[in-house]
Amino acid sequence: MKNLPRTDVAVVGGGWTGLLLAKEIAQRTALNVVVLERGRARHAEDYANDMDELDYNVRFSMMQDYSKETVTLRHALPGRAVPIRQLGNFLPGNGTGGAGEHWGAAYPRHVPDLFELYSKTVERYGTKKLPEGHAVVDWGITWEDIEPYYTKADKLIGASGKAGNLRGKIVEGGNPFEGWRSEEYPTPPMKVSYFSSLFQDATKSLGYHPYPSPSAILSSAYTNPDGIARPGCFYCGFCDRFGCMVSAKSQPTNTLLPILEKQKSVVLRNNCSVRKVAHDGSRARGVNYVDAVGEEYFQPADAVLLCSWTLNNTRLLLLSGIGEPYDPATGRGVVGRNLTHQVSAPAAILFMDKPLNRFMGAAASGIGISDFDGDNFDHSNVAFIRGGMFRAMGSGFQPIVSFGTVPPSVKARWGSAWKKAAVYWYDRVGGIGFSGEHIPYQTNHMDLDPTYTDHLGDPLLRLTIDWHDNEREMVKFASQKGAEMAKAMGAREVVRQPAYGHYDARRYQTTHIQGGTIMGRSPEASVTNTWGQHWQVQNLFIIGASTMPCQGAANPTPTVLALAYRTADALIDRYFRSPGSLV
Amino acid sequence: MKRRHFLVMSAASVGGTLVYSLDRKASRLSAQDNKAVQILLRFFTEQEALIVAAAASRILPSDETGPGAHEAGVVIYIDRQLAGPWGRDVRRYTQEPFDGNAAAEFGYQGAASPQRVYREGLKQLAGFDRLPPPEQDAKLVQIEQSAFFELLRQNTIEGMFCDPLHGGNLDMVGWQLIGFPGPRMSNASDIDKYRGEQFRPKPVSLVDLRQKPHRPSEDEAT
Repeated sequence: MKNLPRTDVAVVGGGWTGLLLAKEIAQRTALNVVVLERGRARHAEDYANDMDELDYNVRFSMMQDYSKETVTLRHALPGRAVPIRQLGNFLPGNGTGGAGEHWGAAYPRHVPDLFELYSKTVERYGTKKLPEGHAVVDWGITWEDIEPYYTKADKLIGASGKAGNLRGKIVEGGNPFEGWRSEEYPTPPMKVSYFSSLFQDATKSLGYHPYPSPSAILSSAYTNPDGIARPGCFYCGFCDRFGCMVSAKSQPTNTLLPILEKQKSVVLRNNCSVRKVAHDGSRARGVNYVDAVGEEYFQPADAVLLCSWTLNNTRLLLLSGIGEPYDPATGRGVVGRNLTHQVSAPAAILFMDKPLNRFMGAAASGIGISDFDGDNFDHSNVAFIRGGMFRAMGSGFQPIVSFGTVPPSVKARWGSAWKKAAVYWYDRVGGIGFSGEHIPYQTNHMDLDPTYTDHLGDPLLRLTIDWHDNEREMVKFASQKGAEMAKAMGAREVVRQPAYGHYDARRYQTTHIQGGTIMGRSPEASVTNTWGQHWQVQNLFIIGASTMPCQGAANPTPTVLALAYRTADALIDRYFRSPGSLV
Repeated sequence: MKRRHFLVMSAASVGGTLVYSLDRKASRLSAQDNKAVQILLRFFTEQEALIVAAAASRILPSDETGPGAHEAGVVIYIDRQLAGPWGRDVRRYTQEPFDGNAAAEFGYQGAASPQRVYREGLKQLAGFDRLPPPEQDAKLVQIEQSAFFELLRQNTIEGMFCDPLHGGNLDMVGWQLIGFPGPRMSNASDIDKYRGEQFRPKPVSLVDLRQKPHRPSEDEAT
């Protein structure tokens, strides 16, 4: 093993959070930063002319290589888990920028009461309304704490949208249910596709409150506070699972990397897999990693920032023996608790009369309604808590993954009759998506698998997760509402979302996995304080969705970036000046 | 030394469009040309290729709706995919033990790679290419529930609609069938113009974009 010269800060992971922290530290301090990224180097220019559906959208060339490392899965304990052998239910990133390169870039904030999920639910409905076996907690922060950082993140990426609540004043055309915003969006909403406009008209006619879905794909040219200039979107339709051809979609490589590459105090090392955080129980000494050819290194550091996404942040703590692993049988321990995914389903599939020209579009453009999100409607008479957003997105359709959706009256799956129907309906199909909250349960958690290992021989992370009745009832409700909306849109035929059964590794849900190293107000129930600082190992900070105690209906990246900014301020303004506990 | 297999076809039978030679350069042939062309196979034997071509043509037939798997050269696409990293399971987690009893929700848990699934599956279709279409359909109905048929169906769709760069969708016949324009750089003004009326711009392929060719994954060195 080779011992490297000490650095002030070692950052594990070169995605949104790792590169954002590195940028802030480089711009605002004289400290040296080493960023270790397990995947290859990537640059914004790499994506020009790479609009290849097969390699990107079907073979997932931007994603984690599962031959090297995956996770195992079981629905309940006890019992053996089996590996998820091919990409399916979520799509972890790999390489500079992480999943921030291939994301769809939908950019909604969470509903304000999500941060006080336990208190607010009990306040309105009493403890009896909380589902059996839940692990619902408050985050330890409130909307007032996070709003300024959401606004900072909006400016970094140039978020496109329309405010619905400006400092408490409801604004026409925006989302009236959103938490108050201190400022309007930096750029106007994206264009609305024909299909999304039908949803807009229909939901309005039903008395709901449609608004342009917030987007991290720029509607128009924008220069951010760092001087990064990016163009508006061309609606080519190759966004989700691709890198943007023109950098209209905000990605770490086009928003953060150009700044970092000019900073002498920051070194980004690619193809370096961190295996362990070295520590003495109260202090991290640095990290052990392996490079592309298998050479082992020790990188000593005064502070370590874990920015390697939910699954790897949790796994590294477990592999390093930092903190007590969570035991669902006794409720003791903290590392691995509160694993959540997200409820995500087509509330309805619509077969329309007119051609929709769905090759044109952008993954983050669209229309949403939040009338059934969070606690925006009374749950006294429904069999679940919380809810979600309905959205008709204007994503560009690509033929391999879209061809073959036919009305249920067509029974064939191949041959002339099927082909005829599939060709006719190809450009007449649309979906109303439902994205719902996933509350935490005592049984849904992560630990190390006793059987399967990665290519280096380290145990894989094991996920124990299944849907509960709260999610199943929510999906039933969404399916019924979705069908009503689809009818109002004039659909000739509507296919409703089938009921939720067990958690399914084959079905793409979202790449929104949360928990494992959750934040909170006490070391007995959380891994970090609300600044992302580890309770016991105080020079170790954890940033990303692994610190989220639950998942909202919204896509998590805006919240991830806001929390990263909040940690950056705490590190730079307080911790580096006087290392020690921030609470 | 391993015997090299070629798919020998008349130019007309490959749709009279593009034929890929060894160096991946495409040459255009006339449909009226009676010349036989030899296409080097990367994975299939000639016999296997003929069966796959025939089966793909029953999944997406050439009929009154338009061209099918045959005109798109789907068999060439599948052959390359199987020879490439996907066919060899290069990116799948293949550590033992394999649990064949796991519920379907856990995803494919088999040990067999796509190469192996095809090689085994094709044994059940011996002589398939020489059967009349109704008998071919009856045969496919028998294996409809198998993992092999599922792959074949999925790969046929891929070969019909992939960028021609991958060997299928010859002359963009698949895209023209459904009105997909391929990697069109900008729709910024057209998205506001065509609302509920059909807009079908002439397709382009990545093959036509000369700036920086995308290297297809099946050609990656291992």
